[in-house]
Amino acid sequence: MANLKNSKSQSMGLHKEVLAGRTQQVFFNPEEAENFFYYGAYDVDFNKRTEIDAMDLTAKQLNDKLHSLMKEGYGSVVIKNPQGKHSLGVGILNKLNLIFEGSLGYFGVGSIDGPVVRITGRVGWSCAENMMAGKVVIEKNAGSCFGAAIRGGDLICKGSVGARTGIDMKGGTIIVGGDAGAFTGFMMQRGRIIVLGDAGINLGDSMYDGTIFIGGKIKSFGSDAIKAKITSDDISWLKRKLKVAEIGSDFDLSKMTKVVAGKKLWNYDALEPSEKKGAI
Amino acid sequence: MCGIAGLIHKGKTVNIGKELQDMLQALKHRGPDSTGFALYGKGNNQGDYIMRFKVGENVAEGSSAVNEDKSVYDERRKLVDKHIRELGGSIVNDAQLTPYSFRYCIKYDKDLMEFSKRIESVEMTEILSLGKSLELVKDIGDASVVSKQYGLDKIKGTHAIGHSRMATESGVDIRSAHPFWGYPFSDVSVVHNGQLTNYWNNRRALENKGMRFMSECDSELIAVYLAQKMRSGASLQDGMQDSLKELDGVFTYLVATKDSLGMAKDTMAAKPMVLYESDDLVALGSEEIAIRTLLPQEIDTYDPYDGEVKVWQI
Repeated sequence: MANLKNSKSQSMGLHKEVLAGRTQQVFFNPEEAENFFYYGAYDVDFNKRTEIDAMDLTAKQLNDKLHSLMKEGYGSVVIKNPQGKHSLGVGILNKLNLIFEGSLGYFGVGSIDGPVVRITGRVGWSCAENMMAGKVVIEKNAGSCFGAAIRGGDLICKGSVGARTGIDMKGGTIIVGGDAGAFTGFMMQRGRIIVLGDAGINLGDSMYDGTIFIGGKIKSFGSDAIKAKITSDDISWLKRKLKVAEIGSDFDLSKMTKVVAGKKLWNYDALEPSEKKGAI
Repeated sequence: MCGIAGLIHKGKTVNIGKELQDMLQALKHRGPDSTGFALYGKGNNQGDYIMRFKVGENVAEGSSAVNEDKSVYDERRKLVDKHIRELGGSIVNDAQLTPYSFRYCIKYDKDLMEFSKRIESVEMTEILSLGKSLELVKDIGDASVVSKQYGLDKIKGTHAIGHSRMATESGVDIRSAHPFWGYPFSDVSVVHNGQLTNYWNNRRALENKGMRFMSECDSELIAVYLAQKMRSGASLQDGMQDSLKELDGVFTYLVATKDSLGMAKDTMAAKPMVLYESDDLVALGSEEIAIRTLLPQEIDTYDPYDGEVKVWQI
């Protein structure tokens, strides 16, 4: 556990509270190894492995159990019989090898930062929402809002995904082995989406930035989403990412369609907000 | 939010009431206001119509219905009986299930719309379902409460659809609860999760064609819309395809007839549905946990895509 010390700014009387976590102000000192860990993160050993049977556990009971195991130093945990329950494996801000033998319901492995997760079944809506870092691999299909608002990490579905995949994503990579539903990349702000199969209607609708690669057919483009030329850098990056995802090794990457924001919708002029108000 | 579920066994009769009860109970958190079942069995084997109807509302805790003196229920029932006889029908057997709801087996071979209009001319009376294999039951409470109240866990059949309701646009009462019967089409029922935004335009158009609405719940529109389509000669699948273009809003709905079960998802795919399909069973639910009550072992499921229409036969 991190041992937080008073900082210079505290000694100067600028503030009194003890700050913790990446999302808050951290006074970084490369000399202090504990600064590399979250407040509340546990030092785990990947060789220390155990199993949990989730059949009769509620989501809260299972999530509490996971935290207890990490506290005890377990670095590899296998969860059996998840039974499609919602909100399993959420809020893990730790390195951890986590395997679900079965399927998850809604909001599975949401708000995680660091673990490597493998799910042998499918996942419901909003899998890995707000993921910050780590790697999640789903062996089968995923529901809608897959990877909503993720900021980092690799989120991989070897099957097909539902509508609004990568909605509002702000970083990281989503990789889909099958098809993707309507509004994939809706309002995405950063990051990349790779879909080896087809994409549904309104691909990349109102995207601010980021890149989408589609291997199959595109039903229709959304507002302000346009095709772009695929570069050799793109190809080499795609090769690397698909290798990480363990899919598409024989896929012809030259057939990919690259989609980016036309930047006409949101950045159509250089007016300041106050000037826009005046214009209205 | 609402939860919907459906299942169809191909070539097999099972305890369909209990299976649907378990699925809907798993979805209780999506809507605890009321629960409804549309169960499809063999009827009474004589080819008679089964009519489920109510002559009043459940005014249990949480209900938005107006309290009535129960003595009026008997008077209304007598009027219903009188209308059936005058229409040339005969009651083969009858059962009173609650003070306000009944199940009749009826011999009748004339126009169902005329029949329905006469029966529903009795104050506060609504036919919940009319058909030769459909048993439609809905009431206030969760799946286990409604199932126990009506003895549904003993009903055998091939397929079923059901609904756990979170009341949003209309009251907590039986008339606004799902499933809706596809008036006046025998054995058609619908459950819906979502909102329709061109409800009044479509409702007025259908009313001009003689169709009736018993509630102000937008979901009722889908049942009446599909019934009208089939009345005009369209197949169930074609009617459902048309609904994707003509009904505006976000929706996923299930529809059942005496020998089929269908699913439609709007083009925005804003409402959830998880589907399991094998050679002998199709099961659908707003969440996978509903399907897991039937199939606890590891199974392959998927989300139907935007604008997808599917129909399965028994």
